[in-house]
This record gives sequence, C-alpha cells and structure tokens, in this order.
Amino acid sequence: MSDDKSHDPNQMTGAAMIVRALADHGVKHIFGYPGGAVLPIYDEIFQQSEVEHILVRHEQGAGHAAEGYARSTGKPGVVLVTSGPGATNMVTPLTDALMDSIPLVCITGQVPTHLIGNDAFQECDTVGITRPCTKHNWLVRDVNDLAKVLHEAFYVATTGRPGPVVVDVPKDVQFATGTYHPPRKTDVHVSYKPRVKGDAAQIRKAVALMAAAKRPVIYTGGGVINSGNEASKLLRELVEVTGFPITSTLMGLGAYPASGKNWLGMLGMHGTYEANMAMHDCDVMLCIGARFDDRITGRTDAFSPGSKKIHIDIDPSSINKNIRVDVPIIGDAGNIIGDLLHVFKAEAKKPKIDPWWFEIGRWRARNSLAYKKNNDVILPQFAIQRLFEATRGHDTYITTEVGQHQMWAAQFFGFEEPHRWMTSGGLGTMGYGLPAALGVQVAHRDSLVIDIAGDASVQMTMQEMSCAVQHELPIKIFILNNQYMGMVRQWQQLLHGNRLSHSYTEAMPDFVKLAEAYGAVGLQALKPDDLDGALQEMIKVKKPVLFDCRVAALENCFPMIPSGKAHNEMLLPAEANDDATAAAFAGGKALV
Amino acid sequence: MNQPASAYFMEERHDPNETHTLSVLVANEPGVLARVIGLFSGRGYNIESLTVSETESLKHVSRITIVTTGTPMVIQQIKHQLDRMIPVYQVVDMTLTGRSIERELGMVKVKGAGDQRIEAMRLAEVFRARVVDATNESFVFEITGSTSKINQFIDLMRPLGLVEVSRTGVAAIGRGPDGM
Ligand SMILES: Cc1ncc(C[n+]2csc(CCOP(=O)(O)OP(=O)(O)O)c2C)c(N)n1
Ligand SMILES: [Mg+2]
Repeated sequence: MSDDKSHDPNQMTGAAMIVRALADHGVKHIFGYPGGAVLPIYDEIFQQSEVEHILVRHEQGAGHAAEGYARSTGKPGVVLVTSGPGATNMVTPLTDALMDSIPLVCITGQVPTHLIGNDAFQECDTVGITRPCTKHNWLVRDVNDLAKVLHEAFYVATTGRPGPVVVDVPKDVQFATGTYHPPRKTDVHVSYKPRVKGDAAQIRKAVALMAAAKRPVIYTGGGVINSGNEASKLLRELVEVTGFPITSTLMGLGAYPASGKNWLGMLGMHGTYEANMAMHDCDVMLCIGARFDDRITGRTDAFSPGSKKIHIDIDPSSINKNIRVDVPIIGDAGNIIGDLLHVFKAEAKKPKIDPWWFEIGRWRARNSLAYKKNNDVILPQFAIQRLFEATRGHDTYITTEVGQHQMWAAQFFGFEEPHRWMTSGGLGTMGYGLPAALGVQVAHRDSLVIDIAGDASVQMTMQEMSCAVQHELPIKIFILNNQYMGMVRQWQQLLHGNRLSHSYTEAMPDFVKLAEAYGAVGLQALKPDDLDGALQEMIKVKKPVLFDCRVAALENCFPMIPSGKAHNEMLLPAEANDDATAAAFAGGKALV
Repeated sequence: MNQPASAYFMEERHDPNETHTLSVLVANEPGVLARVIGLFSGRGYNIESLTVSETESLKHVSRITIVTTGTPMVIQQIKHQLDRMIPVYQVVDMTLTGRSIERELGMVKVKGAGDQRIEAMRLAEVFRARVVDATNESFVFEITGSTSKINQFIDLMRPLGLVEVSRTGVAAIGRGPDGM
C-alpha cells in the first residue's frame, strides 16, 4: 500500500516537515542551538539552503536575537532549541516577548513520547513551564498533526496581539513519517478570533470628544509599531490633521518622529516634564496601542484626573485594567487610526488649542532633560547625543540593555522611524540588547546596528560576541561604562540611604582586550575629546566592536516621577538636590 | 502619602468584592484546564468553585463553570483574560445575565444513633436530600441545590454526627430557550 505514498511529495518525516513549514512561511533565518532532542531537525537543516541557521552561544541569546529580528522587520522571529536546558534557557526571552508583544515561534525538541513523564535525560515539562510565558503552546504527539500545529503557531504568533508561541516536538515524532500540507485557512483554532476593525459608534464618540477638546494629548505605545508601517503613517497624518500634541511610551518611540513639531518626548517615570504635565492636565487623552502600565501612570488615583480617555487596543484585557477609560475601541491600531481620520476629516474641524500649546511651551521651557556640561569626564547624556549626531545619515538601528543607559538612550537619541528601536520594556531584561542587535543585523546586513549598553547588562550575554564574529555580523556594542549598576545605585541613593549594596561592579573586565579575545575590535574613550573620533572609528569598522565608553560614575537619570507620586510631582534635574529629593521620596531614608 | 521606599506604587484600591459565576466554553484539548487554573493562580484571582466536563463530545467542547470573587474591575479582567486564551470559545457572566440556574451536588456522610439519626432523616426530607447509602450507624445523603442550601444542610448535620462531605462545585445554565 505504501507504493503510491512513497511518491507523494507530502510524505516526509516530522523533522523535514518543520523545515518545510519554515520555508512555506517565508522564514529566511532561524536562531538556535543543537542538542540530542533536535538532531533530526539539525540534520534536515544541514541538507538544505532555504533557511539559514544562526548558531548562538546560549539559548537566551537565540530568543533575544529572534526578538530583535522580529521587531526590526515586523516578521516573526524563529528559534530552535533542544529539550530540557535548551527549553528552560528560553524562558526569559519568551517572557520578554510576551510582555512586549513580539511574535516569536520557538520550536523545542522533547524526549520521545514514550519517555515523557519518566524524568528521562534532558526531559522537562516544556509546555507546563512555558504556558504562562507564551501566547499559546503545543505538544505534538502525532506526526500527522505537526503541519497543522506549525501553521497555526505562525498564525497565532503574528495575528491579533502578537506574542511568542512554543511547539514542543518529541524526537520520535521528528523521526516518524506522515503527511505534510501547506498552510491553509482551516489550520486555525476555531475559537481564536482576533478583532481588527473598530466599532463605528465608538469611533464616532471618540471623534466627538477630540473635536471638542481644549487640552488634548495623544499617547501611543508599542501597539502602533506592531500594527505596521501604515499605522505610523496614519498616526502622523492624524497628528497633522488634529494639531494635537503627542507623546509615547518607551516601546512606541519612532512611530511619530522625534523631530516632529508636535512631539513632546517620551512620557512616564523618566519621561519629559512637558509630556507628563500634558498627560496630567489634558481634558481628552487618546491612547493608541499602549496599556497604562505602572511606569507610565505613576500613582493611579492621581493619574490625569480631569480627562476623558479614549483607548484603542487590540487586546480587550488591556482595557480598564489599570485605568478606567471612557471610550474603549477594540481592534488594530492602524485600522482604527484610519477610521478615526476618515470620520474626523468628514465631520470635525481642527480644534483651536493655542492656549494649550502656550502652556505646553512653558513646560518645555523648563528644559527637563538639561544636564551640566563637563569637559573632563564624559557624561552619559553627552555620549548618547554625540552617538546620535555621528549616526545621522546612516541607516541606523538601536538596541539597548536595561538601566540608566536605556533611559538616556530613549531621552537623547531621536527616532524618526518605527522599527528602529529595540528595547526590553515590559520585562526589563538585562542582556537583551547584544543578542537583539545580532538579530537585527541578520535581517539588515548592511545597516548600522548599535547596542547602547551598560557595563553590567552587557556581561549577561557577552558570549554572543562569539556568534557575531562567526556570522560576520558587525554589531557595535556601545557600553556606557559607569562601573556601576547605575539604575540600582540610583534607587539605593534615593530610597535606601545611599547604602550601595552590591551595585558596584568590581573586577570589571578590560572590554578592549575582551573584544580582541573574541576576534572583534575594541575601542575606548576616556575623555570627552576622545569621543567623536572613536565613534567615527566604530562606525567605519566592518567588524563587531566593543566600545568601552568611560562615563561619569555617579550621574543619575532625571527627570523622574518618584514612586507613589503623580505626574505633576516630577523631580527635575535642576531641582534634584539632596533636600528636594529627600522631600520627594516621602518614606525614603536620608540621602547622600 | 507615605508608602515604604519602593519602585512601585503600593497603595491598593479597596472597591468592594462581588461574587460572579462564569460559564466558559473551551475546546477540549490537553492542558486547557491547566491554562485556566494557571491564569487564576498566576494573576492572583480567586476560585471559589470550579467544575469542568465535556458537554459536546462530537465538537470536543467542554464547559467550565467558575465561581470567583473580586472587585468589578478584576471581574472584568478575568473575563477578558479568559476570552483571549486561544482554546476559549466564549465566556458568559451568568451573574450579569441575572437569568441563570446554579446547582451543586453534595454528598454528606452522617454517623449517629437514636434521636440524632431520626433528626438527620427528618431534616434530609425537608431539604429533599436522598439517602444513597445507609448502615446501622450511618447515612450518606445526596443533596442538590444552590451553594447556600447545601451549606445550610451541612451546618444542620454538624451537631448530628457529620463525618465528611464531598461536593461537585457549581454548574450553571441560562433560563429560557436559547443557549450560550
Ligand atoms: C536580568 C536582570 N537582572 C536584574 C535586573 C535589575 N536591574 C535593573 S537595572 C540594573 C543595573 C544595570 O546596570 P548597567 O547595565 O551597568 O546599566 P546602568 O544602569 O549602569 O546604565 C539591574 C541590576 C534586571 N533588570 N534584569
Ligand atoms: Mg553601569
């Protein structure tokens, strides 16, 4: 009977199906690390050339690389790891991707079906462990289910609110032969029904509020970026048509250009004074693809007390989670901005909000990002500004680690386009930026990809320099080396009586020598005068670079909304002397 | 406002709690119950009662009935969080529809002799509980009804020699001709 089947091109092993499905979904690159439970898949990878495999040095690196790849392209990032430790090493990037709504498809090997539950070698309950950190996951027990599950996995990861998915494939299923089919509509769970189009009546209500606004503000987030380039284009048009001021979360930078005249800068804990004051004092807030997270709202009971709030989000569970809103609209950001524009143009006029702009102008004049110039030591803010200047005219992508440097990057690097800024927002994962830069560079071989790093964070995934060298990915790791876990130190200064418990990094490696040990290029800047030359050098080199930028050790990140405070109680750099800081941090102990 | 030194805003809201009964239709596939329970434990929601069984075997659909408590905002979150799970077809808040029947089944073992035994029998009749097992010194009563009715029956049995109780948890269904 197997006679006709052996000629059927859709008869193949599970391992072959996996590679075939990747190709069918247009996947050009995957990030992975081999092991016993995925060897059949690696064998298939070896024998084809459609899908290029990037060998990382730790599975966490594969996950963050795939995130960077996804975020800079809008396509899903794909990861392949082995069972047990391979899968558990993926937990951090999966959680990171879930928090930041990044589409990832992660294929994990599993021990053979008959050994599941036996504490077999390198067995772990992958679907159990990853259930809370994925949008959905599957354990495939029958090779004839594999094609459907793989296609469904891509669909779930990339539609609705994007997110990570895991497909766990036991080794016997990889070896078994079954029937493959290309992607088709019926591969999708009937119960999964993401909503794209916004409710027309709600859109009318929103337009009515906007048209009558005296003190409006638009507050956008990562959802606009995820929605695609069209959403950013429409957003720019909406700002133009309404004349409204606009701010964004950390995740939303680039949807509206930093050079745009209505741009207020980022909002939130380390956002600008004008952005936070506008949020606090507005009468109509239009929130698009952001989720009122606690870094944004400050104390929730004092958050924007006088405003009517319109909230556009693809995920109904984001509505009324932290802040009660007046006009929720469920659906895709780009789609709904398009509808808003349409109705606004037809039925409303640009409201007159000159007095509001005048007030915003006064807040802007406080110059909340100001810092004192220094000719002897490099200030981190200055370093980012010089980096920004040096990269002008280049096709630049920025990733970051987590800490003060991340906030300074968000404050001082101007993003003009979406998909250019990759940072770990929701989870705040130190070690994200270096592998994320790898992923970005894989997708954009000729672009300038820079990880703005901290000295502590970068050591968490430093091993991926070896991957960068192997795959000739000329990423630039620009380390703002303050010899401290600066952000931890800042909180200890502000809240824990300046007891700097374990936030000082002793035995810092020599980053220049480390770069050389990896076969990369090491650069260093010790003084402000060194900076521009070294930056030019960094950009010129066609190899991976570790740039040790020695910055002022004790600089802190301002402005800042102290915890438990409202938006209009920001601490500005000029006012951040000891007394004011102590007063602002009610409950905090004595300061430096 | 004084809160301890922290990177988080730590004041909680204190809206009054409400109890809601949710009916959740799910695809009957491996792990679906773990997902639902994991959602509740992971996000710190309460489960007062949870029942699950396949209800349409041809379509592989199961119905989960959950009784939960929380502030109105939390209840709304729970419904949205359930609804966005991939294998969940539909979530209905039976409490909000105001037109649902909620029933639970309890089995109640009572041990005693003499007047106590007679009194237990008498009360069982009042509550329309059936005897499903009997020995010379014990009964097992089967009782169906609302949660509060069963609670009340158990309270009455306590002084009469209550040994143990097994309860199914709440199942709920809407009144009238239409389904979910
Ligand atoms: C994996 C992980 N562990 C711990 C933390 C807590 N944390 C946040 S910022 C920070 C210090 C970061 O130091 P560095 O990378 O040098 O950046 P800096 O703040 O000095 O710019 C730490 C430990 C974290 N965000 N991620
Ligand atoms: Mg540091």
